[in-house]
Amino acid sequence: MKQKKLSGAEILIKSLEAEGVEAIFGYPGGQALPIYDALYDSGIKHILTRHEQGAAHAADGYARATGKTGVCLATSGPGATNLVTGIANAYMDSVPLVAITGQVPQNLLGKDSFQEADIIGITMPITKHSYLVGDPAEISRVVKEAFYIAASGRPGPVLIDMPKDVSTAEMEYREPDKICLPGYEPVLDGHRQQVMKAAEAITQSKRPLIYAGGGAVISGAYEELLQLAELIVAPVTTTLMGIGGFPGNHPLSLGMLGMHGTRYANFAVCECDLLIAVGARFADRVTGRLEAFAPEARIIQIDIDPAEIGKNIQVDIPIAGDVKRVLKQLTETLSPVLREAWRDKIAAWKKEYPLSYCDKGGLKPQYIISEIYRQTKGRARVTTEVGQHQMWTAQYYTFTQPRSFISSGGLGTMGYGLPAAVGVQVGCPEDVVFDIAGDGSIQMNIQELATAVNYNLPINIAVINNGYLGMVRQWQELFYNRRYSYSELLNPDFVRLAEAYGAEGIRVTTRDGVTPAIERAIRSGKPVVIDFVVDREENVLPMVPPGGSLDKMLG
Amino acid sequence: MRHTLAVLVENTPGVLARVAGLFSRRGFNIDSLAVGRTDNPAVSRMTIVVEGSDQVLEQVNKQLHKLIDVIKINDITKDAYVDRELVMIKVYTEPATRSEIIQLVDIFRGRIVDVGRKTLTIEVTGDEGKIDAFENCLRPFGIKELVRTGKIAMLRGLKPGTKTNGYKEEDMV
Repeated sequence: MKQKKLSGAEILIKSLEAEGVEAIFGYPGGQALPIYDALYDSGIKHILTRHEQGAAHAADGYARATGKTGVCLATSGPGATNLVTGIANAYMDSVPLVAITGQVPQNLLGKDSFQEADIIGITMPITKHSYLVGDPAEISRVVKEAFYIAASGRPGPVLIDMPKDVSTAEMEYREPDKICLPGYEPVLDGHRQQVMKAAEAITQSKRPLIYAGGGAVISGAYEELLQLAELIVAPVTTTLMGIGGFPGNHPLSLGMLGMHGTRYANFAVCECDLLIAVGARFADRVTGRLEAFAPEARIIQIDIDPAEIGKNIQVDIPIAGDVKRVLKQLTETLSPVLREAWRDKIAAWKKEYPLSYCDKGGLKPQYIISEIYRQTKGRARVTTEVGQHQMWTAQYYTFTQPRSFISSGGLGTMGYGLPAAVGVQVGCPEDVVFDIAGDGSIQMNIQELATAVNYNLPINIAVINNGYLGMVRQWQELFYNRRYSYSELLNPDFVRLAEAYGAEGIRVTTRDGVTPAIERAIRSGKPVVIDFVVDREENVLPMVPPGGSLDKMLG
Repeated sequence: MRHTLAVLVENTPGVLARVAGLFSRRGFNIDSLAVGRTDNPAVSRMTIVVEGSDQVLEQVNKQLHKLIDVIKINDITKDAYVDRELVMIKVYTEPATRSEIIQLVDIFRGRIVDVGRKTLTIEVTGDEGKIDAFENCLRPFGIKELVRTGKIAMLRGLKPGTKTNGYKEEDMV
């Protein structure tokens, strides 16, 4: 029997359905019209954001919270270029994302046509791979490959550029063949010999420290990491991206390390004799001055991306492989060790140098975040924007579950948190979602409040409002002689702004107002903006000055 | 140190941009890059000469491997290999210098591929040193135009253990 012919756009949607796509975040436009027309009849839920950047971040937040691949869709030219920040953000944090863009018909390509942009060229450095589809016959294969590449190995964004003539051309749908990518074979199991070497080093070590990054969360190694840490009595410190990969309330947890890490985590790095890097990449915000980083330690690095091994630091025992599998291999070869002296030393540090702030004077951001933690019992999904509030969230919300802290780490994208929260709430409709934001960041994608209202997504937005670009101001205070060059903000009335969007707005100016406001927000069942007017010049501490060594902390 | 990489890539549009972009973005220095398709039309082969320490080369290798279109990378620097480059030089000639130039072409086993009223166009193949030497010899006559292909390279013989459809290596030479 002859099959019915489908348009390229219909084949695209059918292929997305075959990949199990449930939600697409997007924004229509001229060259994407055929795709939108096909989407109209599809079972896939489409979330109309108010800006393409919001669509990319929402797909990214969806992916981080659910572990599934996020999908965003935009038209050609400005639609596509508006995705760029979101794609770069996903690339830096290894988020599985498939970005689909409309493109001008092939006969107009390269002619500077209306709304034409070479999005493949523009995104080449920030995508794991990309496709310009030249023929509808390629679509089902391209989609299958794109999802496979995005989610496997070290995940990342893949772009599919669809010229309009390809979307409109008709042909019969063909099941894609088995994937054949001779140049792409992620290594999953650790090399047996390397694992043995690592096990030996661990057994010999007196002061081992586990340094876990985003890879621990992405590979789903929560149980394995916990097992290893308890087995060998090694404290665990995480990077910003690793938060939630190890329970923050565990006696062996040291919280975050690096520039705004805890004192005890940074001390542990300086004194450990073995550093076990688990899906972490020795980024500059973590290491400070490289020569002074873990000076007494041998280093084991486990990473699925061989290019990360030895990129920033010389490694003694590299193990390329999937973190979850390698940790399992390791635990199977190791036997329990008691390291009482080391454990006691860590406990003493934790007691002597806890995270602290002075809870006098104005309303303190740290108190607000601790209170959000208390009221959500640590079980909320929390997104952040970028800046002081992000660091305070990392420090004062004790995350115990993977995929519960969703934040822009590598790229440091202000304006990430709100659209990400949209994606998180779409992916996890039952969960309480908070976007902890700054008054600067929130205004970078504030338009997504309309999306939240439009789709009844009860996101809670806690604006830590100090009337400054707080982190910029902090650096200006510390390193630029208090010259607050263009970091002070004249803000809109966030409560009335929220109400104008159809959300709820609450203003809090005193300590007593914090608890009832959070309670009310969680109960409201609507998007809520809480404008916390806080102490204006509170700093994020402790702090390792940029390029400094980890044991020399301010505050 | 200079390294010679033989890189097999999928013959897709944009693969050259991906490879070249990677080098510039990561701050790796390309000395030369030659590319063309292999006996399999779906696969191209790049010969890339790159300058850098062993550590830099390790990163070059690993980063190249991350490109989906890159199938195989072989750093042949330390193995025995043959390499060739082709140059075409258009050189000014006068009746007085013509025979001297033709002699030089003979010495370098080159070929004259075009004769103009005031120029000769010469082709020479060889390794980089020979090409450099030839260029230096012609420089005094005045070089009008010069184009080099960049180095292409191939390992000598077969690597131990290579499967050859039942033939022994000696049979194939």
